[in-house]
Amino acid sequence: MPTLHTVNKSPFERTTLDSCLAHALPGSAVLLIEDGIYGAIDGTSAAGRVKEALSNLSIYVLGPDLKARGMREDQVIDGIRIVDYAGFVDLATENDRVQSWL
Amino acid sequence: MSDTKKFLYVNRKAPYGTIYALESLEVVLIGAAFEQDVSLAFLDDGVYELTKDQDTTGIGMKNFSPTYSALGDYDVQKIYVEKESLEERGLTLDDLQHLTYEDEDDDWAEKDSIRLVSREELARIMDEQDVILSF
Repeated sequence: MPTLHTVNKSPFERTTLDSCLAHALPGSAVLLIEDGIYGAIDGTSAAGRVKEALSNLSIYVLGPDLKARGMREDQVIDGIRIVDYAGFVDLATENDRVQSWL
Repeated sequence: MSDTKKFLYVNRKAPYGTIYALESLEVVLIGAAFEQDVSLAFLDDGVYELTKDQDTTGIGMKNFSPTYSALGDYDVQKIYVEKESLEERGLTLDDLQHLTYEDEDDDWAEKDSIRLVSREELARIMDEQDVILSF
């Protein structure tokens, strides 16, 4: 029963991402949106936790939110997939439920 | 009702600092009219919503914490509190309100609504839901 988890807060200001990663069951999908996209960037103090989570979760980041914030695709952690809004819709329909981490 | 769905309300914010906690409670009470299988989860700072002895007279805001004790009358019987979140905040169940419901299948015996669950148990409970509403 896979779940799509969305995270919309920066991991440097809030514990939202950590709480999501602690509750997402293996095989779940996590989509980083809005200020959540900073969690997808490599070389940060959060990157280690995110890379570890990639071993049993599929992680995505919303491209338009990356671009809006001046973050480049080449800064995104290897293994995180970049999706557009249509990809967001696909993820929502492919999973049994969506859980928003606010 | 044949199309009953499992609804979980996820509460992760402390009361009074933001409007999330009060809004969640209001949505739960409204949703209770639709006779769904409702449960509530309190984790992270959400566990602060259930502390007893809240007194807001000094901050000019309504103390909505007594309303949690009405949830049993709305047929809300499952209130999950995450053990790790309590421990991280130096709290135990004794620091929270005692919430109960009357079990119609057991001669209306009064039973505890709060169920202390581990983070892993809560992750599985989340995975069993049809709809998750987050606050």
